[in-house]
Amino acid sequence: MNMRKVLAALLVMTFVFGLLAGCGSSGSAGNAGGSAGGAAAGGAEETILLGVNFELSGGLAAYGQSKINGLKIALDEINAAGGVLGKKIVLKEYDNKGDNAEAVNISTRLMGEDKVVAMMGPVTSGRVMASVDVAKQFQIPMVTGTGTSAGITVNEDGSVNDFVYRICFIDPYQGTLAANYAADTLKVKNAAMLVNQSDDYSIYMAEAFKKTFEEKGGTILENSTFVEGDLDFKAALTKIKSSGAELIFCPNYYEPDALIAKQAQELGYDGYLLGGDGWDNLDHLIKTAGADALQKAFFINQYFPGDTTEKNQNFVKKYTELHKDAPPSFAALGYDLMYFVADAIERAGTTDPAEINKAMAGTTNFEGITGSFAMGENHDPIKSALVIGYTADGQYKVVEKVQ
Amino acid sequence: MEQFYVFLQQLINGVSLGSIYALIALGYTMVYGIIKLINFAHGDIYMMGAFIAYFSVSYFHLGFLSALLVSMAACTILGVLIERIAYKPLRGATRIAALITAIGMSFFLEYVMVFFVGAQSRAFPNVLPALRIEFFGGKVFITGKELLIYGVTLFLVVLLQFIVRKTKTGKAMRAVAFDREAAMLMGINIDYTISATFALGSALAGAAGVLVGVYYSAVNPLMGMTPGLKAFVAAVLGGIGIIPGAALGGMLMGLIETFVIAYGQSTYRDAVAFAILILILLIKPSGILGSNVREKI
Repeated sequence: MNMRKVLAALLVMTFVFGLLAGCGSSGSAGNAGGSAGGAAAGGAEETILLGVNFELSGGLAAYGQSKINGLKIALDEINAAGGVLGKKIVLKEYDNKGDNAEAVNISTRLMGEDKVVAMMGPVTSGRVMASVDVAKQFQIPMVTGTGTSAGITVNEDGSVNDFVYRICFIDPYQGTLAANYAADTLKVKNAAMLVNQSDDYSIYMAEAFKKTFEEKGGTILENSTFVEGDLDFKAALTKIKSSGAELIFCPNYYEPDALIAKQAQELGYDGYLLGGDGWDNLDHLIKTAGADALQKAFFINQYFPGDTTEKNQNFVKKYTELHKDAPPSFAALGYDLMYFVADAIERAGTTDPAEINKAMAGTTNFEGITGSFAMGENHDPIKSALVIGYTADGQYKVVEKVQ
Repeated sequence: MEQFYVFLQQLINGVSLGSIYALIALGYTMVYGIIKLINFAHGDIYMMGAFIAYFSVSYFHLGFLSALLVSMAACTILGVLIERIAYKPLRGATRIAALITAIGMSFFLEYVMVFFVGAQSRAFPNVLPALRIEFFGGKVFITGKELLIYGVTLFLVVLLQFIVRKTKTGKAMRAVAFDREAAMLMGINIDYTISATFALGSALAGAAGVLVGVYYSAVNPLMGMTPGLKAFVAAVLGGIGIIPGAALGGMLMGLIETFVIAYGQSTYRDAVAFAILILILLIKPSGILGSNVREKI
């Protein structure tokens, strides 16, 4: 009887899905038209138009969503306090779906057609790298809050990309810190790596980890790779386990790394797991891998919601009220990103992109909730990082703070 | 000796992966065998199966077996609906039109799910007791989940073979696959037979989805893409249109992938797997179990 009810419910769901899907897509098309019209009618006199090019759907959606939530809290604060240069800030938002080609199209649209004075985003390294040339072509500053790959701001020949900035630390820096932590604090001699080879974020971090770890006398016994969308890591983990590695460096995003943690536990691996800020979705990690699998897992991050500064507590309170959850670091960086851009426009004293670009490069003491920083010569901020681990009940704890 | 234990462990890993590919490949091969359509939406039916099980377990608190049955039933209905709505009107059209529709259907399913449940992975609740059987003093072990995957796959493959070989519907399927017009002239109901094929294939995909959800404890709307493609390749490898071939192809695919990672370079996993595929198809164009009949194109 019960089964029959469930079946009927599922059937009805399937039909409703179909119907709603039609309505849903036409609804969102209407919205897009509406906001475009609004921005055009607003005119350049009263408002400042900023572009947002974020990963709001697709596999990286959790980052984009967190970041835009944080960003909008800052936007509301700024506009409520009278805006910048006496003008309100208006956002032009697009979703790049976590796709490189889409990210480039959106950057071109924002800078070429919508004539934004600066662009925020994309959220993750691969998409940011793809958009760099567009910013240089249109000479409009673009700032990523969370794109951590080194190549975003500095090219292989050492030249700095003008008009491109970030406010987070870089992948090699995270990889270096992770290697230091593994060798100095955890006293590990033999490590393995399990790297997503379809993402620059993972590749660069792994390179830096390997370099530093070997300089400190460690050995990388096994360097396994996988590609986006893989679910099965058992073959690689069995090989790593039999190699005798004491630590697996997993510089990937949380979806594969949660599976790696779980499968490693199932295979009876009892060494350490170490990751970067891509792990910053505690809820997902715990639910997928289980707290037991994470007892010897650590990751490098740059934000901690428990920070007691008044600025941060105000942000945490607002974020928790709106989204019923503690802010992840992507949200905090989104918040800082909005303030950083507003601050640069304020100091430039004009909405001319070239002047805003100069103001961004000349940032000396920006006070954010993810730490204070100056903009370095390479357009990378000079700031601190945290090593975070889990307690048995699945809570965050800061294990170490590294400058 | 140590190396031998690792080899056995990798074999267990490979057979698990292979079983999943095999279950998905069976659906591809059945549909292709009967209407010569590569049903690209098949991988997404597998995804839907995983999600239906996820919702049954998370919100209706069903056990594994009930979730599996609900999922297979819902996928059966979904598969038949897709065939009726999207493919049947195109039966007289060119094959490329049906193929493009299948690709469209695949994207439709994926992004309807992204729209409703979001693109993030969801954690599949643990519905099985933790079981671990050890051999050679714990050097090699097999988990309850792995045994379950082997058992369900074997059972479904045998059941499918029985249906196709021994029942009237199965006989009709084989007749339609052999020559559709002749079958029609013999009084076989073509529409019903094609629907039955989609129903069976989709039920298998649904089962594979549930197994993957349980095995990896994660589901997401785009999870059908890669395994769908690999299973299609497995079906071709075994000889498309041949049921034991699909099972064999899937198993081979899983084993090759696992052993390339285990004894070669993980970077070249797909390259090696596909190189072997090309090699086999060069030697035997109709697949491992395919009979060498030249097709007129």
